[in-house]
Amino acid sequence: MVNRTSGLARWIDERLPIFDWWDDHVGQYYAPKNFNFWYFFGSLALAVLVLQIVTGIFLTMHYKPSEDLAFASVEYIMRDVSWGWLIRYLHSTGASMFFVVVYLHMFRGIIYGSGKGPRELVWLFGMVIYVLLMAEAFMGYLLPWGQMSYWGAQVIISLFGAIPFIGDGLSLWIRGDFAVGDPTLNRFFALHVAAVPLLIIALVFFHIIALHETGSNNPDGIDIKKKKGPDGKPLDGIPFHPYYTVKDIWGLSVFAIIFAAIVFFVPEMWGKFLEPDNFKPADPMVTPPHIAPLWYFAPFYSILRAVPDKFLGVVAMGAAIFVLFLVPWLDRSPVRSIRYRGILNRIALVIFVVSFIALGYLGTQPPSDLYTLLARIFAVLYFLFFLTMPIYTRIDSTKPVPDRVTSK
Amino acid sequence: MANDAVDPARRRLLAGTAGALGGVGLAATAVPFVSSMQPSARTQAAGAPVEVDISKLGPGELMVVEWRRKPVWILRRTQEELDHLAEVPAGDLRDPESVESEQPAYAQNDVRSIKPEYLVLVGVCTHLGCSPKYRPEVGAPDLGADWKGGFLCPCHGGLYDLAGRVYKGVPPPLNLPVPPYKYLSDTRLLIGEDQETA
Repeated sequence: MVNRTSGLARWIDERLPIFDWWDDHVGQYYAPKNFNFWYFFGSLALAVLVLQIVTGIFLTMHYKPSEDLAFASVEYIMRDVSWGWLIRYLHSTGASMFFVVVYLHMFRGIIYGSGKGPRELVWLFGMVIYVLLMAEAFMGYLLPWGQMSYWGAQVIISLFGAIPFIGDGLSLWIRGDFAVGDPTLNRFFALHVAAVPLLIIALVFFHIIALHETGSNNPDGIDIKKKKGPDGKPLDGIPFHPYYTVKDIWGLSVFAIIFAAIVFFVPEMWGKFLEPDNFKPADPMVTPPHIAPLWYFAPFYSILRAVPDKFLGVVAMGAAIFVLFLVPWLDRSPVRSIRYRGILNRIALVIFVVSFIALGYLGTQPPSDLYTLLARIFAVLYFLFFLTMPIYTRIDSTKPVPDRVTSK
Repeated sequence: MANDAVDPARRRLLAGTAGALGGVGLAATAVPFVSSMQPSARTQAAGAPVEVDISKLGPGELMVVEWRRKPVWILRRTQEELDHLAEVPAGDLRDPESVESEQPAYAQNDVRSIKPEYLVLVGVCTHLGCSPKYRPEVGAPDLGADWKGGFLCPCHGGLYDLAGRVYKGVPPPLNLPVPPYKYLSDTRLLIGEDQETA
């Protein structure tokens, strides 16, 4: 700990309590000692956010948000800007990896009941960050102004047109033109580089402050504040620094190796991170034969397509995202962690994971009768996981929760 | 004031009215910002109605004009073509009465136009937005002996008749849209603006 009684540290501390902040959130923040693999992804999400902001700033130095120049300026970054290819691939890989870590982070929250009381606000802030992240990714994907950028935006914005009465006016207002065009590109650039990142940063701040107010959950779902030592510190808690800073740096190192391997060897991820059609400039007169969203939107796109009616499809897609907000209240189990829940919870969880992955696969494939049928089945299962949650979490058997955290 | 005591009700009223008025001011200030995202004057001018001279369009000919980044077709149908159109069985069409499809009320009829002779369509396939081809030859070898003339989308084989109505058994869900248009004179069309309802 810093000696604050004299010198520069004291001078600062009397004017701005940064050392108190450090103690509250890092040095003397007691986190449960039984964090496992699943607890890497919060800090990794933060690391990717920083990476996206830094690489994004450098990309804006060369990128031109104009219908006539955008595509060429991205190619210019890739070919002529020193190390431009690296910065661009870090940013494009970062977008997909952001969703990888966020989906794993959210999954952790579901299996260990992290959003249950008293951490509902932590969950809600997290969900808002997730929705903002989707908006950020969607708008960012328009900027290279390739065919898939263009037509993806055309399709998604036209979804707003399905809303009765106000739909046409609303989609016109979003585009600022009669079809996706220069005004759309320009405003998406503004929102992508300024408005949405600012909101995300603010919400990440709230997410962490709210978490530190209640204290972190853990794989056992036990409240460690109930068992305190004579010093008033939780017996099952350890200071975040140095224990978890070291753990997280180790996790970040492994993640960085995987990340670098992708950036250097498969930045396009065989069309999953950067779609082949996006290497053609946008052409409003020619539609690509098959419009597919990027993988992280695919489960929701699948649900949209599974519904035969356009408006109801949009409603179903919105509901699929909205229902996630309600998880802390849908989950009526007396215990938090899956470790102490019964067979019903485990079956439901497996069905959910299979449905989500299956929907994700189907969403990237061209529609066929069989695939549409499968998408409908998995969409129903997806919703059943949430809608029947109040029932199966309540009637399911539970195992006794120990007083102290376990280490395995 | 007779005394310095705080009157909470009075404070609530003042704070409430000040807050409400401030809220109204904030909402009013938001208007210019929200409106700034509407299509600008330049964009609107670029999307303005297009005037088209159709005097040089011969019978059976198709011309293409661009309106709002989309190809708009004007087809001058011959009497023979209109006769063929009438022969298309309604059962072969997905939406023969154009109930689901997009067109102004004055073009929701058998020939999908104001004057039967001139057909105006947005030439964008309702499936995935490719631009179909004009295929007037009756009984064209690649389209079968029953082909009465119409449009073929080369991307996924969408088929439309000479009124832009989609056939059954092909991917497009709807008939080709008819844009708003009106006659300025017998030989001049204005695309993008509705005709006055008579």
